[in-house]
Amino acid sequence: MGVEGIGARVVRKEDKRFITGKGRYVDDIKLQGMTHAHFIRSPHAHAKVKGIDSSAALKMPGVVAVLTGQEIVDDKVGNLICGWAITSKDGSPMKMGAWPAMAPETVRFVGQAVAVVIAESKNLARDAAEAVVVNYEELPAVADVHAAIKSGAPQLHPEAPGNQVYDWVIGDEGAADAAIAKAANVVKLDVTNNRLAPNAMEPRAAIADYDSAEEHFTLYTTSQNPHVARLVLSAFYNIAPEHKLRVIAPDVGGGFGSKIFIYPEEMVALWASKKVGRPVKWTGDRTEAFLTDAHGRDHVTHAEMAFDANNKIIGLKVKTYANFGAYMSLFSSSVPTYLYATLLSGQYNIPAIHAEVIGVYTNTTPVDAYRGAGRPEASYLIERLMETAARQLKVDPAALRRTNFITQFPHQTPVIMAYDTGDFNASLDAAMKAIDYAGFAGRKAKAKAEGKLRGIGVSCYIEACGIAPSKAVGSLGAGVGLWESAEVRVNPVGTIEVLTGSHSHGQGHETTFCQLVAERLGVPISQVSIVHGDTDKVQFGMGTYGSRSAAVGLTAILKAMEKMESKAKKIAAHALEASEGDIVIENGEFKVAGTDKAIAFPMVALAAYTAHNLPDGMEPGLKESAFYDPTNFTFPAGTYICELEVDAGTGKTSFVNFVAADDFGRLINPMIVEGQVHGGLVQGIGQALLEHAIYDANGQPVTASFMDYAMPRADDVPSFNLSHTTTLCPGNPLGIKGCGEAGAIGASAAVINAITDAIGKNNLEMPATPDRVWRTIHAA
Amino acid sequence: MSTVKLTVNGKAVAVDVEDRTLLVQLLRDHLNLTGTHVGCDTSQCGACVVHMDGKAVKSCTMLVGQADGASITTIEGIAKGDELHPMQAAFRDNHGLQCGYCTPGMIMSAIDIVHRYGGQLDEATVRHELEGNICRCTGYHNIVKAVLDAAGRMKVSQAAE
Amino acid sequence: MYQTVYHRASSVDEAVSLFSKSSEAKFLAGGQTLLPVMKQRLASPSDVIDLGKIKELQGVELSGDVLTIKAGTTYFDIMQNADVKKAIPAIAYLTSVLGDPAVRYRGTIGGSIANNDPAADYPAALLALGATVKTNKRSIAADDFFQGLFTTALEDGEIITAVSFPVPAKAGYEKMRHPASRFALTGVFVAQTKSGEIRVAATGASESGVMRVPAIETAVKANWSPSAIDSVSIPASNLLADIHGTAEYRANLIKVMAQRAVAAAG
Repeated sequence: MGVEGIGARVVRKEDKRFITGKGRYVDDIKLQGMTHAHFIRSPHAHAKVKGIDSSAALKMPGVVAVLTGQEIVDDKVGNLICGWAITSKDGSPMKMGAWPAMAPETVRFVGQAVAVVIAESKNLARDAAEAVVVNYEELPAVADVHAAIKSGAPQLHPEAPGNQVYDWVIGDEGAADAAIAKAANVVKLDVTNNRLAPNAMEPRAAIADYDSAEEHFTLYTTSQNPHVARLVLSAFYNIAPEHKLRVIAPDVGGGFGSKIFIYPEEMVALWASKKVGRPVKWTGDRTEAFLTDAHGRDHVTHAEMAFDANNKIIGLKVKTYANFGAYMSLFSSSVPTYLYATLLSGQYNIPAIHAEVIGVYTNTTPVDAYRGAGRPEASYLIERLMETAARQLKVDPAALRRTNFITQFPHQTPVIMAYDTGDFNASLDAAMKAIDYAGFAGRKAKAKAEGKLRGIGVSCYIEACGIAPSKAVGSLGAGVGLWESAEVRVNPVGTIEVLTGSHSHGQGHETTFCQLVAERLGVPISQVSIVHGDTDKVQFGMGTYGSRSAAVGLTAILKAMEKMESKAKKIAAHALEASEGDIVIENGEFKVAGTDKAIAFPMVALAAYTAHNLPDGMEPGLKESAFYDPTNFTFPAGTYICELEVDAGTGKTSFVNFVAADDFGRLINPMIVEGQVHGGLVQGIGQALLEHAIYDANGQPVTASFMDYAMPRADDVPSFNLSHTTTLCPGNPLGIKGCGEAGAIGASAAVINAITDAIGKNNLEMPATPDRVWRTIHAA
Repeated sequence: MSTVKLTVNGKAVAVDVEDRTLLVQLLRDHLNLTGTHVGCDTSQCGACVVHMDGKAVKSCTMLVGQADGASITTIEGIAKGDELHPMQAAFRDNHGLQCGYCTPGMIMSAIDIVHRYGGQLDEATVRHELEGNICRCTGYHNIVKAVLDAAGRMKVSQAAE
Repeated sequence: MYQTVYHRASSVDEAVSLFSKSSEAKFLAGGQTLLPVMKQRLASPSDVIDLGKIKELQGVELSGDVLTIKAGTTYFDIMQNADVKKAIPAIAYLTSVLGDPAVRYRGTIGGSIANNDPAADYPAALLALGATVKTNKRSIAADDFFQGLFTTALEDGEIITAVSFPVPAKAGYEKMRHPASRFALTGVFVAQTKSGEIRVAATGASESGVMRVPAIETAVKANWSPSAIDSVSIPASNLLADIHGTAEYRANLIKVMAQRAVAAAG
């Protein structure tokens, strides 16, 4: 490893612009003649739009246009799509309710747009929006999954009778039932996985600019995957053919999944820009983020786990109701199915698993992938079951896990996934040592003597990342391939531009991707730049989510690098009058092995472009590209253990220690990996203790600002003790598994397991607010 | 409309704006100082924190009229040329930022914290003092480390001056 | 925010005069409450009259057994003030856990009590300490000043100039913070006056705003110790209930915070 190569803790190249205020986010961009959009949104969870009167608004100062849902439908802008087709157990396709970018007839959640005001300033647009009179006829609404599937419940979509999207199954029900029937012990658990608001700190924003002469659109947008945005806007939403649409995602202020999706606001901005003949900018505020950014989680689950007399798991049966909100968002259908139920084996040998997932429409904000996406739900369920089982079977929770760990790889689970490698005992050992698990009983007794309730909670998570092998996901209903692209452009003076289809919105790609180049060529990372986030610069790519950028995106760069190096070696060999096979790359030089003959990399680059002395038949230039399609998911795994105290008087939780032992395979930059884990852990802790997007029974959101939705703050969370155990991923040449979601996947169960240990009662839902914990302590 | 006169990053400025203009709007929309961000509507996230007459304030919760005559320092104004402020350097060196959106507000708040405590800080104090700044990426771990690191650096650089 | 006209007053008299000339004016102190409300278009004053630069509204005075905090004094200046720390350290502590550092630089005691948010901290201190609210027109006892949610005895155009606190024999404040807003989910201020009277006030708990807690006052009068409150029963009726705290929970918090405040008061 060089000082800037793989494994080095290199400080980030991109940081200087962020710490000096020179980052360039969408809202920082101004275009000549730019107008500003303000959306008129439904205050009702369910209503008919009977009429929109914009006459008064159109007379107000600075108003350019008021555009409505009917107009966008009339202009044949396509309805929003869901990109993963799921088939119900009866063979029928999932039931898609139509979702126009602005509602012409019916609104189905609070915040759904019905019209937009375009004006000379943001304030003037908002002033005028208040003068637009929308006549609604309110309809009965439903927000809760169980209420939504009852007979007589308000119906959202004519396409989906009973508000059911799908009833999907996986696994062998007969085998799972048989295991439960013959079990020595059956552990039953009902859990709710609370609905969350992603809350990237940068609100979503879009600037659309239509060039009528070229019939060409440019869209600046807060996206995790600008290429997919262009594809969908072009192929499904009829905005413009791909070559007439450029999508740019500049600096993006966090995503966590919520900026994967293509939202109505981007569609409307593009359409409106052509309508008004001027650039249109929209920047959401925080309340709009709460109302319209796709939410995460919202599962209600009943599960039964069967154990034999030796405490070995022999079967698992799960039934989950997933609340999708009012419409099926872009990847929503896959989250509670292929990203959730396929991980229900956890780290354990479970011979029989059956899961049924019922997707339900409600009059709430659409729900889609949020950091972890399905895998936190699976991990939380399994790890709460294991803890509950340990209590019921009266065995040590860590020991029960060890009894059931998968230790032989590859391991085929009964729910599709084939785990390639791992060492679950190693991460459990590391975490137990780090937290002094053996000494806990003493610490608990001491705390008790001081009147405090202390608890410890273990969570052994596994996730499927590196999303994803295209053929496999295609066979399961995905609408796109999930490979990644890369291009390596060597300039004539030897500096290097790496173009990637993945996208950084905080992950540090501008540093880690350079480290691979530095590792291979021995050049300083200052000689390398990473280009991403612009469809005019990068040919195509799939973006960043599912902890895929290193495992898939960086592997694509490696493939392109190998091609480039191969050509460069030929050039070097020709120049050095040596055999290509004898050329080695060391410290920025191409050397003839075992001699002192060498040519510096910049000279090789220059030779490629002067083309004065290239091998016969070789094309000039030094630029190579590659597409990499992974052969399997990757399987990061690890153990989190948390120790905490509960204040019996208030129900408030205080952390004593939180340790994480992860196996991410090879680490490119441990500093950045640790940062990813810290952030994920706090999102997991946030879900466990604080966060909950709540609707009342009529679909009115109760938590639409930071005044009501509790975001983790610095004094809510501890510092963390991290460590790594390593089994290299055999599925990609760098041995990378991915680290972006682990913390959010594994942390919640550790926290709830610890609180329930502290208070001596197992039945506790997330978020474990002080009120809820206090009531649980004092419940009869 | 009123003419507001103030000093921003050492430069005198006079701008004609609507009275309802917030300080953050003046900075971003009129002075093109886009390093100061807006992350919420309820004065809680702290992405907009700047210094007014040396004190950390939320520029989203101040009318420009209230800042008339004041001296404002933003994230763009704390480095000395190419030399980063010790707090900026500490955020970079400790990986105290990811997406960078909350970072300017964090840095401006953190400088104020160190000034108030004279560098005598511990983790619990830093965490309490950062409660008006929300970060969604870092889990705060490395931000806390960066502030503690910078407190030491600022003490040294003050001693040197 | 809606259009508005900003005025900066240099004296209380000028502020009053500006107010009388406007159709629907609001006084602006630190703006940490009013501006967020205006930003959400929940208030639309024709004019805002900034009191922030009025010198006569700034400062703290300790005179004998009375601590006077002028209305425009910021939270930051209050928590730092040597006289506050010496005379009523519980007020310095309350202020240090109110809002966040940036809010504390701007927010003022006058602005806080004029708004009378049911989850604000200062109303509990005023009520428990038997403070007097001074305005440009009169003096109002805290007992009479707070009149329910966001409602006070202030008349249109009346400006709070100061709050006078009798220095107590001892006092303490503890609160459970609202997990999201960081206001008081419930906070309790306990005080023992120099004449031996016990006054206990709770904020954040009641549907009608800050309130006295007679049951705890009685218990603590008999025995100034946290354990004296063990057997007190606080009814949950008429207490606030929301997603962060049921009425029963708030009833419990009144007790627990009172116990901790008594302990903190020493």
